[in-house]
Formats: sequence, structure tokens, C-alpha cells
Amino acid sequence: MRIVISTETLYSDFVKKVEAISEQTLPSCYQCGKCSAGCPMCFAMDLLPNQIIRLAQLGLEDDITKANTIWICASCITCSVRCPRGVDLARVMEALRLITSRKNIDQVQIPAIPKETIAELPQLAMVGGFRKLTA
Amino acid sequence: MKLSYYPGCTLKTKAKNAEDSAIASLATLGIELAELPRWNCCGTVYSFAGDEELHQLAPVRNLIRVKETGNDKVVTICSFCYNTLKRADLLVTSNPEKMHTINTFMEEEIDYEGDVSVVHLLEVLRDDIGWESISEKVQVPLKELKVAPYYGCTLLRPQDIAIDDVEKPIIMQDLLKALGADIIDFPYATECCGSYQIISNPDFVSQRAWDILSSAVRRKVDAIVLSCPLCDSNLGQKQKELMQTHSEFKGIPILYFSQLLALALGLDLEVCHFELNYVDPRPLLKSKKLIP
Repeated sequence: MRIVISTETLYSDFVKKVEAISEQTLPSCYQCGKCSAGCPMCFAMDLLPNQIIRLAQLGLEDDITKANTIWICASCITCSVRCPRGVDLARVMEALRLITSRKNIDQVQIPAIPKETIAELPQLAMVGGFRKLTA
Repeated sequence: MKLSYYPGCTLKTKAKNAEDSAIASLATLGIELAELPRWNCCGTVYSFAGDEELHQLAPVRNLIRVKETGNDKVVTICSFCYNTLKRADLLVTSNPEKMHTINTFMEEEIDYEGDVSVVHLLEVLRDDIGWESISEKVQVPLKELKVAPYYGCTLLRPQDIAIDDVEKPIIMQDLLKALGADIIDFPYATECCGSYQIISNPDFVSQRAWDILSSAVRRKVDAIVLSCPLCDSNLGQKQKELMQTHSEFKGIPILYFSQLLALALGLDLEVCHFELNYVDPRPLLKSKKLIP
């Protein structure tokens, strides 16, 4: 994967915003890859969790937004408990989701969910999903 | 002993089998679970956002309800409720400024001052009752029932709210051992089932369910035992589809630990509500002579 690094993105408001919402220090990550090694959802992700935090460090918001990764994350927190640098990557993922959600963009179209699915699923699946994936 | 009990949405609807069996079992073990008056949604998934406290109001309000009853401890049965309430308590007790903001916002309520401890039912069984006392009260030992405890995420992560070791928990093994079951460890015990992705990416959850279920089947497990209603739904409801996509898969019952507790304590089978399980466990329990 080819990426363009510039001081413009490196010192952008985006990086500051991710750090403020997640309360994490992005440069702490040294790319060991343990987060991706243990991620139960990484089989379905365009970019791996360690790639996402690398892009976040570099301020490459567009590359992150283009990938499905942050919307596939199930907030299981396995990455966070295993990170040798103490980075809570689950919180970084949430910050990245919120930067989109706060623009009032939904990842799940609630009216499109079939009635049978609503009848079948337990309440916490729906409340949890809507809270993580809608504005 | 009487303890405050926070049920949450799913235990009152889809997971009556978890709730009824837990309440009846605890009563037999000498603990009355008193449901909180006026409880509200816990928020379901804990909000990780560091720049807003709005999502912490719901869980903190529930903790205030506990405080109003005069109790300093609240028990949850649902793993998600445990996680959300416990983490909200931890957030405000470790951050006086946020606690102040939340208390000021909820003017109509008494102040929360970190005075309630949130515990999961498994912790009550381990810490307040003890495996030995439970073992002594077993009427129907779960002999030759091979069970794989499955913890999922929210009882164990993050580390500061874990009810047991994050990577190698044994609390459910200990309970099931006390009930006389054969424990089979499997490598997916603490892995995520796909969680709320069921509403947006059900196919990915099918893949997770298959990985977890097939691992248990390879180890010749009779049933998977768990605590979380979302894991129960993802692992249970996906089985019909998985039986079609994997013809060799014949299905595997998923049970709440509280159902097996009630069964082993010899309680009326009605409180177990086995008819509500997504995969009927009764043929298995009959074959092991645990139910008539």
C-alpha cells in the first residue's frame, strides 16, 4: 500500500481530534502488530488495526475513511488488553467512528432492517449496534 | 442476604431463561435478589469517548437508584450490563471532575459519590457463597455432561473490570466443576462472537459463530455455557444457517450457566425455561439422565 506523508496531515487537526476523543497518545504505537494478530474481526477488514493506527499517527484521514475497518471493529477490546505499549486501540477506533458519526452519518439504515430480524434479535444487539454505528 | 439486582432489557424479554433460573438459584443459596425500582437502560455498550459524559448518565442514574435503596452493591446477570455499569462507576470514581459534571447535570437526583460496587452474578457465587457451599447443595450432579465455558468479551475486558484473569479465566470452570460437570477448555473461550455487528454485518458474525462452534464440536463438547445474552443469540440463532452451509454440523446447545446451576440444585425445571433456548438442550439433558 502506497501512502503520501506530509507535514500538513501530520500536524492536522484530525490527529489532535483523535487524541482528544480517545484520550490516547498515538505515537506510543511502535507497530508490533499484536492488535491485528489477536483481532477476531480482522478477516473482514480492508486494513488491519495496526495499519489504521499508523494512518492515524500520520493524519491520513481519507485512507482511514475509505477502509471498512473501523465499522467492522466489534469493540471486543482484545487489542487494548494485549498492547505492550498500553495503547487503548478500541478507544482510537471509537474516536475514528465518532469523527464520522458526529457529522450525522449512519452506517446502519434502521428502517432497512427486516422486521423478522428485529423480532429475532435480543434488545441489546440493537441498542448496542445503533449506538456504535449510527449518529 | 438481600442484594440489589439490575436486570436490563434483554433479561426481561429474550433471556427470561437466564433471569428466572438465576433468581431461583440464588434464593436456594440464601440470597434474595431485589430488583431495583425504576431502573433504566444501562447504555448497553460503554461509550469510549473521552470528550463527552452524556452516555454515562444512564448507567450512573442506575447506580443512584441502588444508592437510594440503601445498598452499596448491585448484582447484574447480563454481561453487557455488568460491563457498562462497572465501567461507568470506575470512570467517575477515578475522575472527580467528570463525576461533578454528571452530578450537576442530573440536578434532580441525589449525588453519586462512587458508593456502589457493581458485581456480576458469577462473582456473587464465587465470593459471597463459595464453590464448596454450592457443591454441598447440588441435588442433581451434572455427571458426564461435557461443557465448554465461553466467556466472550464483556466480563473480562478491559482488564480493570475483569471478573477473573483476562486471558485464562477459571470462574465458570470452577462453578461447573462444583456442579459435577466435565469441563472442556477450548481456545475460543474468551474470543468475541461478533457482538453488535449482527445488525450490520450478519455474515461476519456467521463466520465468528462457525469458528467458535466448530472448535467446540471438534473437542466433543456437549454444550457451550455462557453468561451473555448477545453471545447466546449470535451462537444460538446462527446455527440453523450454519447447519445448511456446513452439512456435517449437527448443532450444539448453548446454555446459560444459571440454567445449569438451577438444574443441578434440583429446582423446578420451569425456572430453567429450556424451551426458550435457541437450540433445544432437552434431548441432550435427557440422554444424560439429568431431566426426565
